[in-house]
Amino acid sequence: MTETRLRSRKSPYPLWFFLPAAAVYGVLFVVPTVSSLWFSLTRWDLSSAEFIGLENFRQFFSEPFLVKGLVNTLIYALTTSGLKTICGLLLAVLLTGNIFARGFLRTLVFFPVLVSTIGIGIAFTVMMHPTKGIINAMLETLGIPGPGWLTNPALALFSVALVDLWKGVGLATLIFIAGLAAISPDYYEAARIDGATRFQQFWRITLPLVRPATITVITLSLIGGLRSFDLIWAMTRGGPGFSSDVIASVIYKQYQAGFYGLSTAGNVILFALIAIIILPLTVWLNRREVEQ
Amino acid sequence: MTNRIKVILAGASALVALIAAGPLHAETTLSFLIDNSPDTVAAAEALVAAYETIAPDVTIEIEQRPGGGEGDNIVKTRLATGEMSDVFLYNSGSLMQALKPAQTLADLSDLSSQAKVDESFKAVVRADGKLYGVPFGTAMAGGILYNRKIYQDLGLPVPKRWADFMANNEKVKAAGKVAVAQTYRDTWTSQLFVLADYYNLHQGAPNFANDYTANKAKYATTPAAMKGFERLKEVHDAGLMNEDFGAASYDDGLRMVATGEAAHYPMLTFAVGALKQNYPENLEGVGFFAQPGDDAAKNGLTVWMPPALYVPLASQNADEARKFVDFAGSVEGCKIMVETNTAQGPSLVDGCALPADVPPAVKDMLPYFEAKATTPALEFVSPIKGPALEQITVEVGSGIRQPAEAAALYDDDVRKQAKQLGLPNW
Repeated sequence: MTETRLRSRKSPYPLWFFLPAAAVYGVLFVVPTVSSLWFSLTRWDLSSAEFIGLENFRQFFSEPFLVKGLVNTLIYALTTSGLKTICGLLLAVLLTGNIFARGFLRTLVFFPVLVSTIGIGIAFTVMMHPTKGIINAMLETLGIPGPGWLTNPALALFSVALVDLWKGVGLATLIFIAGLAAISPDYYEAARIDGATRFQQFWRITLPLVRPATITVITLSLIGGLRSFDLIWAMTRGGPGFSSDVIASVIYKQYQAGFYGLSTAGNVILFALIAIIILPLTVWLNRREVEQ
Repeated sequence: MTNRIKVILAGASALVALIAAGPLHAETTLSFLIDNSPDTVAAAEALVAAYETIAPDVTIEIEQRPGGGEGDNIVKTRLATGEMSDVFLYNSGSLMQALKPAQTLADLSDLSSQAKVDESFKAVVRADGKLYGVPFGTAMAGGILYNRKIYQDLGLPVPKRWADFMANNEKVKAAGKVAVAQTYRDTWTSQLFVLADYYNLHQGAPNFANDYTANKAKYATTPAAMKGFERLKEVHDAGLMNEDFGAASYDDGLRMVATGEAAHYPMLTFAVGALKQNYPENLEGVGFFAQPGDDAAKNGLTVWMPPALYVPLASQNADEARKFVDFAGSVEGCKIMVETNTAQGPSLVDGCALPADVPPAVKDMLPYFEAKATTPALEFVSPIKGPALEQITVEVGSGIRQPAEAAALYDDDVRKQAKQLGLPNW
């Protein structure tokens, strides 16, 4: 019994077979990770590094805007991830239904995913201009005074989150469509025979069975939201002032200022934050999946 | 012989002929890294074209990089990894010191062109008694660009006191124009009211730069230093700014002051280059004055030094690079740059006089130099300048944060910079 278990665990490949892959993994992933841990403990100007212990971390946490950046990061990640999951599922249900020009509409939803984030950021910055932008111009014709989407400190972060939703919802929709397609039509047929309404079918069949796709979408969009940078940088650069700063933009600003050790410490903090949030979440979501 | 073989033979003999006809003398190709602002590119191209005619065996390839913090990163990274071009353009003063010139840059003290370079410029490219750069362009100043036509139409005098400036602003506002253009989309432009106030700060607290570097003086506890932040707030609170100040860009600001949409735009006079490129027909309509202070008798100008050309120690073509840099720093090189577009203030090369037809904004600077009412900006007399100043000034200028709190916050930012530089006493 123990012998068979041992034998079944043994890999059919010899050890040297793994070496090339291990070398690539080591050079590209392990070495940078370990060295960034080291550099986060130094005052580093790219040519020389002086060991200063945890000073960078102390400095980073005393940064008046780190706390704001942290809160903003969480708000941004939860907003975008939540909206992408809900909107993605609704769009997927619509686009798997028997509707006119389905293929074309699917393409339309997925299209923003393919466009460069910076390009989208610049385009929306122009459209969200408080006086000359097309969005406020349209609102004005309806008699509504448009807000300063990106210049009002209370609004800027959410404006960027909305653009992020528009850009990223296509990918969530695609994953949900794949999830929906995997559900056997037999369930719906049986439910219809039992007299279930459309809403009951959605609630009792679609939602539970599309769960693996939901977990994928939540995990991916949450990680994406936590480390989000390019769109925020293109649209507001963390401004006005510091009102839409997230951890990634705080880190980038330290790097720009030449504080390489400090910004590496910020990256270590970001890495830890993502791990702390995502690991338990995935374990929890997957366990519930197994229970079902 | 089949056709294919014929073709191959013909091709091979053509190749042999090409190799045999190659150049007899060695040609050098120099790489030259500059920032991508249109006036820099124009000046660099003119300089390269002129040099290639007098040194025909040298080809110079211009590479462009972004300006601002992103450009700083590129320069620092390329220097540290030994990938720097043979010649590169970079700031003088505290930013040059951060490159660790003794370890990364070639000593240019013995270039013949250095003899005619002004001492005020040499001071900002010197480290350990050696000179590492030659000037690229002319000196410039921080202050306020104004629309001369609006001033004429409303009969406004050029203000020497802050109160007079604010009185002018009220009149401009009453006439239905934007009094002060602000452009916080490009956050760096928000710093001018603070940075250009340094002459006034220097009058009020002559030892500020030294004490500040030595961690003895703070913005928040020096009333003269707080003035810049307070002035920024005053302009915001009086409602003098363009409605879209939060989303307007540097180029919007230039357009507004050039075309008369706005009366004032606080800016560095390097904007004269961009004005000449983008609004040549309005160049005559733009004047310039120093940022007014409390006392009309003590009105003076905060001056910025131009960037410099450097040769990295790692250059493979150091000799050729030095010759090119020597040309750029010479009277002839200076004249080419000034004629192309970069006369933003007085020249720093002896014998390179400004042309008689310099734009009014540049002419307006000269009296301050003649009266010796100038001082170098703080970033040329102290190695520390906090990186978050531009975000903080955006906040004060938008009414999000009060001046006292902003100054204290900036002091924190400065502390971080000083610690990272490893300065004593911090």
